[in-house]
Amino acid sequence: MSTEKLTIAKAITAGLADELRADDKTMLLGEDIGSLGGVYRVTEGLKAEFGAQRVVDSPLAESGIIGTSIGLAMRGYRPVAEIQFDGFVFPGFNQITTQLAKMRARTAGTRQVPVTIRIPYGGGIGSVEHHSESPEALFAHTAGLRILTPSSAHDAYWLTRKGIQSQDPVIIFEPKRRYWLKGEVDRENPGAADNPFIAQVVRRGTDATVVAWGPLVPVALAAAETAAAEGRQLEVIDLRSLSPIDFDALETSLRKTGRMVVAHEAPTFGGLGGEISARLTERAFLALEAPILRVGGFHLPYPPSRVEEQYLPDLDKILDAVDRLFTY
Amino acid sequence: MVSDAQTVPQPLPPEAVQLMTPQGAPPSALNEASERFLPYLQRLNTEAAQNIYRTMVTTRRVDQEATALQRQGQLVLWVPSSGQEGAQAGALAALAPQDWIFPTYREHAMALGRGVTPRELLLLFRGAAHSGWNAQDYRVHPYTLVLAAQALHATGYAWGVGLDQCDWTSQQRAENGEVVLACFGDGASSEGDIHESMVFAASYDAPVVFFCQNNHWAISVPFEVQSRVPIARRAAGYGFDGVTVDGNDPLATYAVTAWAAEQARSGTGPVLVEAHTYRMGAHTTADDPTKYRGRDEEQSWSALDPITRMRSYLTAQDLGDDAFFSAVDEEAEDLAAQTRQAVVSMTAETIPALDDVFAHAYAEPHPLVEAERAWHHTWEAGFAETEGENR
Ligand SMILES: Cc1ncc(C[n+]2csc(CCOP(=O)(O)OP(=O)(O)O)c2C)c(N)n1
Repeated sequence: MSTEKLTIAKAITAGLADELRADDKTMLLGEDIGSLGGVYRVTEGLKAEFGAQRVVDSPLAESGIIGTSIGLAMRGYRPVAEIQFDGFVFPGFNQITTQLAKMRARTAGTRQVPVTIRIPYGGGIGSVEHHSESPEALFAHTAGLRILTPSSAHDAYWLTRKGIQSQDPVIIFEPKRRYWLKGEVDRENPGAADNPFIAQVVRRGTDATVVAWGPLVPVALAAAETAAAEGRQLEVIDLRSLSPIDFDALETSLRKTGRMVVAHEAPTFGGLGGEISARLTERAFLALEAPILRVGGFHLPYPPSRVEEQYLPDLDKILDAVDRLFTY
Repeated sequence: MVSDAQTVPQPLPPEAVQLMTPQGAPPSALNEASERFLPYLQRLNTEAAQNIYRTMVTTRRVDQEATALQRQGQLVLWVPSSGQEGAQAGALAALAPQDWIFPTYREHAMALGRGVTPRELLLLFRGAAHSGWNAQDYRVHPYTLVLAAQALHATGYAWGVGLDQCDWTSQQRAENGEVVLACFGDGASSEGDIHESMVFAASYDAPVVFFCQNNHWAISVPFEVQSRVPIARRAAGYGFDGVTVDGNDPLATYAVTAWAAEQARSGTGPVLVEAHTYRMGAHTTADDPTKYRGRDEEQSWSALDPITRMRSYLTAQDLGDDAFFSAVDEEAEDLAAQTRQAVVSMTAETIPALDDVFAHAYAEPHPLVEAERAWHHTWEAGFAETEGENR
């Protein structure tokens, strides 16, 4: 097994490069992704290697980026669009939800639109308004899309590749505050990432299950570490795919532990935690020792970054919810 | 009360290309702007000219039938194209078979002219399919109901064409190059997607012809609310050519579109054509134009009916005799009968099951969709059983 240690950002770069190499119909487009290499340098070096026709500095127009990607995909290309920041995807929301997601169903399966959209998302980087949001539920609600979010370098590499290879439109939410997190990447063997739509048990435990994704997986792991010191064994699940959601894996864990916390950065209200809670209650009601609890953001516009620590779910909020699970 | 000022037909912008008088007199350049397009008419042989007429007449007849079918509750909605056939049939005649059309929801003459059957066309309006035809079969993209969205798909597609043909010689391009016609209306011209399409098309020299049918009304909102200048003038701001044409003059629309397609095909990038026309009837069968516009306006536009103009032209040029015209009328009647037959025979068996929607939402297996599909099957089967028991 040959592995290399890469940051999540560089693992994504490697994934993009390997897909560009594997299929000359693959092309990247987005704002500032060429010579600059993207504001997070995720596409750094790719224009030099693959040329300006395949790594395209697009005009500043999100609807244009998504809408032309749809047309390119219909022509046989495999466009990978970068949206610069989470809060700037909305000019392209119409094209994603009314066109990209529906094109296959609209044409009774005769038009494929294998477009991939990469969106750096989430807070914790001390930035300004519209640079820290978690809009995943807004997209997960729309049928026709697939949504991935990696939390490790190995997954970042493989989810990027698998997302691009999918015949369906895929949105990859990249946890931007983890771009610099390093990990071992095996570029030959995907391992569990061979099926990116399957959740991963990233820590085994028996007392309660903590479900997290993207930027919160390391937080959930840290919470489990602390809980273990206090004598409680938490099972941590990294969802990885937000659409579809691997409910089987969640149910298996819940039946083992009887207790579950779902943590996400997005506002709790209307978030995916509600969907997970409701569905697992339907599937495993009698296995529940307590209601499934959610830990998420407030029903607020993402706050100024000076107070984002108070907004973001952290280790303490997760542990507090775990404690509450044992009071029922 | 609608004021007098609003009831006068909008004059053509002074730069609008016109090759035929309202009476269909022999082609001549009626103003300076028109002169450079006159030579393109030489490519229009008798058959093609007759075809423009045939497409217009048959489309209008299918349109009437569809309106009646909607009134009888056979269609959920109909979007009439009456008055706009000249713009559509003229532009269609200027395209090569390999060219693509990305329509809105009113390009019936283009769709039927490309061979889409009335049945395929009406499945959408019957509520039986989102697109009744396979886009690849006719090189006609599905109708798009979100205004302007398809202009970006057209531009992306054309961008791909440009990439595919980047090392073609100019001769190869002229013979086999593909052009994409992106259709939209005057109302849709206000949507950001039109602007973004033009920016992208210009940036990447995409071989796209933007084809705006300015029919003067976006449901009840007149053109003046969308733009202070003719839409075609906007092209200059994006760095490409724009031409306004009398869209009720099929010859002029043909000639201008032929020129535009030739430009785009050569690889120099997009072109914008604004066909100045008029929506004769309601916006859709759900609309009531008497609430916002005057009868006088509608009547004065009847004098510019593209079908009448084309017929006078064909007659004056000895390109069509009575036998030809009655043959076309007969064909239109046949097609109308086929349309009615096709719609009323759209029984449960010809309408796709919800199961098909389950089948097409995703290309690859999706556990949620599979679980819901299985649930739906069981649910439906439950009804079948109780029906059986009741019998
Ligand atoms: C994004 C969007 N907004 C609103 C509508 C509702 N709508 C349908 S047609 C129409 C007017 C369109 O006018 P125009 O572009 O001039 O085309 P026309 O129907 O006159 O051919 C409106 C507002 C829509 N379909 N899509």
